[in-house]
Parts: sequence; structure tokens; C-alpha cells
Amino acid sequence: MSNSPTPFVSSEVETQSATADFLLELRSEEIPARMQAGARADLEKLFRREMQAAGLAVDDVTVWSTPRRLTLMAKGLPLATEAVHEETKGPRTSAPEQALEGFLRKTRLSKDQLTEREGVWFAIVEKPGRAAADVLAASIPAIIRAFPWPKSQRWGAASLAPDSLRWVRPLSGIVALLGGEVIECEIGGIRSGRTTMGHRFHHSGEIQIDGVDDYAAKLRAAHVIVDHAEREGIVREGARKAAADAALVLVEDEGLVIENAGLTEWPVPLLGRFDEAFLEVPPEVIQLTARVNQKYFICRDSAGKLANAFVCTANIEAHDGGAVIVAGNRKVLAARLSDARFFWEQDRKTPLSAQAEKLARITFHEKLGTVADKVERVAKLARWLVEEGIVTAAPLPVGEGSGEGAPPSQSQSTPTQPSPDRGRALLADQVELAARLCKADLVTEMVGEFPELQGLMGGYYARAEGLPDAVADAIRDHYKPVGQGDDVPTAPVTVAVALADKLDTLGGFFGIPEEPTGSRDPFALRRAALGVLNIVQRNELRLPLESALQAFVQICLDTAYERGHFPARLELDTSRLDEDVVAYRVYQISSLLNYQSKFDQELFVALSAPFERAKSLRVTEIMPLFGSFLPNPIVFPENLLAFLADRLKVQQREAGVRHDLIDAVFALGGEDDLVRLLARVHALQAFVTTEDGTNLLAGYKRAANILKKEGFAASPLPAGEGSGEGYPPSASGEHPHPILPQAGEGYQAEPAEQALVDALDAAEPLAEAAVAAEDFTAAMAALATLRAPIDAFFESVTVNDADPAKRAGRLGLLDRFRAAVHKVADFGRIEG
Amino acid sequence: MADTDKPASTPLSVQDMILTLHAYWGARGCLILQPYDMRMGAGTFHPATTLRSLGPQPWNAAYVQPSRRPTDGRYGENPNRLQHYYQYQVIMKPSPADFQALYLGSLFAIGIDPLLHDIRFVEDDWESPTLGAWGLGWEVWCDGMEVSQFTYFQQMGGFDCKPVAGELTYGLERLAMYIQNVDNVYDLRFNNHGVSYGEVFLENERQMSKWNFEVADTETLFEGFRRAEAECRKALEAKVPIAAYEQAIEASHLFNLLQARGVISVQERASYMGRVRDLARGSCEGYMDKYRPEWEAKFPGWTA
Repeated sequence: MSNSPTPFVSSEVETQSATADFLLELRSEEIPARMQAGARADLEKLFRREMQAAGLAVDDVTVWSTPRRLTLMAKGLPLATEAVHEETKGPRTSAPEQALEGFLRKTRLSKDQLTEREGVWFAIVEKPGRAAADVLAASIPAIIRAFPWPKSQRWGAASLAPDSLRWVRPLSGIVALLGGEVIECEIGGIRSGRTTMGHRFHHSGEIQIDGVDDYAAKLRAAHVIVDHAEREGIVREGARKAAADAALVLVEDEGLVIENAGLTEWPVPLLGRFDEAFLEVPPEVIQLTARVNQKYFICRDSAGKLANAFVCTANIEAHDGGAVIVAGNRKVLAARLSDARFFWEQDRKTPLSAQAEKLARITFHEKLGTVADKVERVAKLARWLVEEGIVTAAPLPVGEGSGEGAPPSQSQSTPTQPSPDRGRALLADQVELAARLCKADLVTEMVGEFPELQGLMGGYYARAEGLPDAVADAIRDHYKPVGQGDDVPTAPVTVAVALADKLDTLGGFFGIPEEPTGSRDPFALRRAALGVLNIVQRNELRLPLESALQAFVQICLDTAYERGHFPARLELDTSRLDEDVVAYRVYQISSLLNYQSKFDQELFVALSAPFERAKSLRVTEIMPLFGSFLPNPIVFPENLLAFLADRLKVQQREAGVRHDLIDAVFALGGEDDLVRLLARVHALQAFVTTEDGTNLLAGYKRAANILKKEGFAASPLPAGEGSGEGYPPSASGEHPHPILPQAGEGYQAEPAEQALVDALDAAEPLAEAAVAAEDFTAAMAALATLRAPIDAFFESVTVNDADPAKRAGRLGLLDRFRAAVHKVADFGRIEG
Repeated sequence: MADTDKPASTPLSVQDMILTLHAYWGARGCLILQPYDMRMGAGTFHPATTLRSLGPQPWNAAYVQPSRRPTDGRYGENPNRLQHYYQYQVIMKPSPADFQALYLGSLFAIGIDPLLHDIRFVEDDWESPTLGAWGLGWEVWCDGMEVSQFTYFQQMGGFDCKPVAGELTYGLERLAMYIQNVDNVYDLRFNNHGVSYGEVFLENERQMSKWNFEVADTETLFEGFRRAEAECRKALEAKVPIAAYEQAIEASHLFNLLQARGVISVQERASYMGRVRDLARGSCEGYMDKYRPEWEAKFPGWTA
């Protein structure tokens, strides 16, 4: 029971039909180009919010920007807000005093403000319509004050006061017109009006604006194109045309189009030339120099080669046609390119191996050592990937394989043909070399100037000093894939280095632990994980992730020992690891790295004692032992494998694979081979969409429901595979297998019953063999043979027979059927 | 007044450019100051900018500041890199409403026609961790070349600028090379009587580059740094913040020289910069503390 009244609100609407167009121009000193798009969106959002709060219906809103103004136009704005009549029903007049008090509190009225009607109290509020001009006069300053610029400043005499107005750069004028009438308002000493200014150099004096209709035209006459999209079009088309007029092809760059349009009120693209001799510098360097430093477009010749031409965008119609501007810009670009050429020449005087030594001076992460430390780990891990046969040399062309079966024929034999072992050793050496040099370009002058060129320059320098192409390519491409749609490496040397680099990053950051949370992923670990997944899938690598993580941990131990951080070499006992211990070790190793400076014998003993015991302890038991050494003993909330599994689900979902099918395979657990796992998912996806698949699923569900109703939980999943939420396996206990009799035990099996038994007898070994052979399509085909028998079984056989023997036998048969299906996938997770 | 021997169509010499800027800014209320008589890395270090941008009292000044960047020395062999060059500095507090227009007027005065040359304001925010200072503004481009820095100071010495000062820094040699259309700084006409920039400065660049990079005694420099640091603290205790600030300038330059000598490691670098910052900030704090009562009395409502 409640004393509070049940209020209802009713509104009576007075229809308003009079409307007018509204124009707002906020003029300022130059707004950074990169902020203009956001500012347009923010202006519209704030305007709509203000109008909505005041009850003014906003229809069509247009927002424009130039470097010096933000303009909003709202057509057909009502001239007044709607009058509102609100009635709230209160308690009866006869109700207890407390009820009335409660109502008064709620409505914030006093008793004499209430109206009595037929023994009931009513709160009646009349809100008259407000003139739109008044609303706007209050809203404009509110919008300006609330504007969320990424960076804002104070300025001028008013900034003597602590709370003076902030804007992206000094605000210099406000035009606010509703139906041609000035909306009077004032903020930070600036009064609104109808006056604006034209182009900085092409126009002098004030411009009087009447309203929405003459605004753009009057500014155009004053050399200001106020619509940013129009200016973008002029830059885009003008740059294209300037190139075409010189018989060249513009390298399109929409980012530059927008930036140049954001830097100009009257854009004029102009083509210039630079000294052809600069073309000896790598084209990427020229493009970056032109783009980043000068905001120029570049051009190609008809053969697709970089041309010695650039397109700059002036903000004036120069009275000499732009000759002086082009000459000036050419000189600036020449100075920039001279610097680039100087770096290019200078950097090549030092071999990458010598550059790599300087990496010991660069911190990778305070807890993960220097870049040189990272390189050491990556080199070892990359070599491990080859030596374990995970990354192999590209398959040799047919007929040239040095297979062990057929002896090489005299004519075809090539004496230098490496044996498989020698091939692997060669690959391992190349991989290690590439890994040891892959970060060396970080200390070159060129990458110092243009960090975006990391990798690429290393590749150029490696080739220039005569390293094998495979090594140079690997250095160039080892950051790949850097984003969606980026090339995924396929060359073996590149694959090994790229994969090792990413695994090291993931292993390291999960170890310290620095895992991504929510939208925070400062070390781009999601991207690294996706890179691992893409490389593994694209190259069908059989990478056992758990072993890889163990190898990584051992490599951390070895590296720490070699660098003198450990007094002894510690070795993992991989036979006794469980996931917690792996996680713990990663954490411990990185902590050791972190403490390396004050590492001493005493600390080592203290740390290594629990290290031995760790083999039988869980993380939660171990961490307290480290309390005195670690600032914040943190238990891993989840481990790296689970993170990779999660990324895989996201990736597959985005690729259009049904999430329930992924779950159906993940639920089998125990699988850390992504290629095998995905093959199974893809085969399953193909199967469940067939008629056989759909019907088999229906049969499975029916069987599972009956078993569930009868209290028979799912039978254990195939041996060695966990039953957990998937992957990685939770410690798999021994589930007791429900003992059920066989069909036909103690009674005469019906024909359909016997047919299902026969079908299972045939399908089970087929499916099992197919799964073992990783031929999941064949495994699905084996399951498909069960479809007709299970349908027929349900058609003609009564499971819930009065005869307990029959009932038990048939339940046993259904359980066997369910178990057979589970060997391929957990159909219980499949929807539909 | 500027040398008028040459016809108006001839581009200004270096010294006439300076004289023209002096006349221009002097006519707009700026004090025309002389360079500070200490070695410093930029015009911003001049107390007329750093210390005078603190506090509420108006301040308008313009001056040339020889700026020393030991690591930029190239033994006179690079056409546009120098270990010693000139910055033209304008500081106006509070920043006038027409500061941009005033600046563009100065470019016009030294011979840059804005309908022949493309002048642009390109976002470039300024920050000096050493001075505990930052501001928003632009680099000003003339035909794609940066010719000035334009900044609205927001903080100095860790204090909010109340009011905000506007700061202009012109790279004089660069601007002169542009106006005179020469590709090598040493080819600039210093005056209209046949003296080139090279005749004035080339030998300085050679000798000073050698001294900066090879000769300067590092022990003396380290010792000088320690002494400047100690002297700065002593001055702060004695409540003479201007004197303290001079020692901060000195320490900052000695640090730059040590950098040029290559004797400061990456790790040490941050620590030395922190020490210079502490001196500069301490001086600014001392300056504020000294004048706070006076300013509060004179400018009701003003608070540090």
C-alpha cells in the first residue's frame, strides 16, 4: 500500500504553424582542420538537444564549416514553443494528511496552489509557449559554453578572470538570425549581430547578412565557399585535373582532400615539380614527406611510377596565377627531400646489425625490458617455430621435391638441393637473422623522422646491404597484418618472424599482466591476437598454442639467464604444467625482468623456492608467497589462450560463421590447434544447412530432450577433451559414465531399433576415423548416415515402453546416438 | 629608420627587416627591447616573455633574441642550419583582439604580398616542459614554409596565464631567405652596402660548432650546471626571483652544450631536463609570490 497518488499527465496542445529559418555563424580564428568534422557534428547535436529541451521542433539542419567559421542553418523552426497544460491527479480531499503532504512534496506546490475537483486534488500547471527568439537567445550561449572541443583556450582581456570563455581559438563573431531578425545574445564580450567577414585577403570590410537565403551567396562573393563539401569537391577535382593537365595521374588521398578543404576558404589546387634526382629516395618516403609535412598530393606517370610532381592547395587566387606560390612550395619540398635523401644516404652507411645494437638503449616496456630484449626473444621464438616444423619452407614445385621415396634421377638432380633437414636449418638461420634485424630500423634517422616507415625502411636497408630477399621481405613485412584487410604474410621467413613478434607481445603483456579491458587496449593486443589468428589460418599452420606459450616462457627464462639476470638456468617441467602454472610463470618471469636491477642471489633463492613448488600449487596459493616482492600480486583473471579463443570467435562471427556453430565446436574443449578447430567449424556449417543436417539436428534434440527428461545427463565428451565452456580445457575430471544397457538386451529389438544400432555400428568407426584424419567433411557424412535411421526410430519405436527392459535399452540406444554425434560437435549448442 | 638607399622594389636586407619590424611593432605600442645578454635557446626564454607573461599587468614588447642551439651547428656547411640564429619575438598581454591582423600587417610591412603568397594558419600547439608552459596556436605558413609561430599562452611556470598573452616568433633568417629569394643563409644581404650574412657569421658558425661539439670542457660544463643550480636556489631563498631565473637560463644552456658534447645518456637526459624545469618553475613561483600582493591589490578579482 502506498500513500503516493497515481499521477497522470495530460497536455493540451496549441497548434503552432508559424515558422522561420534560423542561421547561426560562429566565427573564430583558424580552427584546426582535423577538428572541423567533429565540431560540425557537435554543433548539430547540441543545437538539437537545446531545442528539444525547450520544446522547439527541429526539422532539417545543415551544418557547414570553414577554417574560420562554423555555421548552422535550421529551416522551418517554429516561432514559439507549444503551450503546455499539465494536470496531475492527487489524493482525494478526504485522504489522510500524509497523502496530501506527499503529493505536495512531489509536485513542489503548496496546498493553495492545488485545485479541487469532485473531491480530488489536482495539480494544474500552465506553461505558456515561449518565443523561439527567447529560447535561442538563451541557447546560443549555452551551446557555446558546452561545446566539447578536444582542446580549448582562453584569450584576450577577459582571460584575466578565472572562468573566462573557452573556445578552440579566439571566438570573434556571432551571426544569429531568425527569420532575418537578429537574435540578441552576448557571450564573452561578443554580441550577436548580422555582420560577418569574408576571405582574409580577398575581401575587406564587413558583410551584412539578411538570413539563410543570402548567407552562402554573399560569402561566395567575398571569396568564401562556406560549404565544406563543396570545397572538398574543388580540392578533389582540382587536384585530379592539375595532374591530368600534366599528363599524370593523381594519387588519390581523401584524408588530404578533407584536410586541405579544412585549411582553406577558397581552395586553389596547383601543380609543381621537384628535382627528378630526388626520385632515388624510396617512393614511400617522398609520399610521406609530401603528405605529412606539406599536405601535398603526389602523382604517378602513366606507367604507375612516382612522378616528380606534387599538388599543393593554395587559399588564394593569386594575381600571378600561382607561379610564386608554386615556386615557394617547391623550395620547401626540396629542402624536405634533401633531408630525406641525407637520411637515406646516412642510414645506409651503418649495417643493420650495428643499428640493432643500439636497441639496447630503447625501452620496450618498463616491465618487459628493452627492444633488444624483445628482439632476442623474438629471434628464439621464431627459430623455435621453424625447428618444431610449425613454419616450413614453401612447398617445392612438383617433381623437384627431395622426397625420400624416389631417388633423384640423374638428369633432374640438383647437387645444391637441400635435404629436408638442411632446408629447415637454412630456413631457421634466415628466420633468426631476419628476427635479429627486424627492429633495427627503429634507430635509423629516417624512421626517427617518419615512424610510419618502420619495417619498410628496414627492408630497403637490408636489401641495400645485400641480405637475401627473403630476409629483407621479412624485415619489411613482419608487422603485418596491421589491420583488417591488410596483407597477411605467406613467405615462410616472414611468417615465422611476424608470428613470433606477435606471440612475444601477447605473452609479454599478458605476463606482466597488462590485458586489454573494455575499450582500453593501449598495447594493441587485440590487433596482435588477430594477426596471430590470420597468419595461422592463412598459412594453415599447425601451431599448438599451449606449447608455443610454454616455449615463450622458457625463452624468457633463458634470455634472463643469458643476460645475467638469473644466476642459474631454470627449466620448465612441461609434463607437470597446468594452465595456472603457465600463467603464473609468465607473470613471474616478467616480474623478475622488472626487478632485474636489484636482482641478487638472495632474491633469486626466495623466488626459486616457490618456483619449484609451483609445479603442484595453483596461482592463488603461489601469489601470496610473492607478496613482499611484488607491488600488487595479481592473479590472472583470464589467460592468453582464452583471449585468443575469444578473438577467434569474434573474427569468425565477423566472417559470417554462426556463433552457435563455433560454440558447438569450442564446447568440445581441449583444442589449441586453430586450423583443426576451424576446419571442424566450417564442415559443421556446411553440414547443418543441408537437409540431412537439419533433420539430424532435430533427431538429436529429440533424443537429448528425452534423455534429459529421464535424468540422463550428457555422456562425457571424447576422451582427453574437456567438457567445459570450451577452450582451453578446464582440468578434466573423470565423469562417471551412466551405465545403460544395450538395445535389444533382454528383449526383441524392433526393426527400426535394430537399423539404428546397425547404422551406429557402421557410422561410429567411420566418424571416429575421419575425425582422427581431420577429414571433418567425411565425419559429417558419417553422421548423415544416421539421419534416416533416427527418423525411422522415432517414427515407429516407443521409447517409454511399459517394459522396463525395452525402455532402458532404447534410452541406452539414444544415449549412444547422442555420444556418437558429440564426437563431431556438441549439437546441443546449435540453434534451430 | 630603415635604410632607404635602395628602391622600394628591392627586398629588405636582414637589418632593414629588423628595423621595419621594430618600427611596425613600436608604432603598435610595443616596447622595443634589446636582446637579453645571456645565452639562451629561444626568444621565449627572455624574461620579457617568460616572467612578464605572469601576472595581470599589461605588457607589450618586441625584441630580437639571438638563439643558441648547439646541436644544430653544422660547421657552416649546411645552407640553413645554424647553432646561432635570430628570433624576432613579440609578446602582447593581454592578447589583442586583432592580434592575427596585426601579425599579417607586419608580414605585409616586410614585403610579403598576401595576394601573391599563400599565407596559412596551420594548427601547431606549443609546449615547453622546461618552462612548465603551453599554449594553443599555429605555425604560419608562407607558400608552404613555416615562417612564424603564433601562440596564445595558456600556462607559464605551471601558472594559468591571467590574462592570456599572445606570442609571435619569427624565424628571421628563414623569412629573410624567403624575401630575398636566396637558398643559402650565408648569401643573405645583411645590409644594402655589400655585407653578407656569411661575412658576419660564417666564421662564428665554424668556430662555435667546433667548440660546441669538440672543445668545450665537459667537466667545466657539469660544474657550471651544478653552480647555476645552487646559485638559483640561493637566489630564490633571498627572494630575488629575477636573478634566480637568470641562473635557470644559464643551467638550461649548459645542459644544451652538454647534449652537444654527447655526454648525457638517454636516461640522464630526462633527469637533467627535470632539474632545469624545477629551476625555471621555482623562479616563476618566486616571481609570482613576490608580486602577488601588489597584483591582487591592483587588479580586484585577480587570483594566481
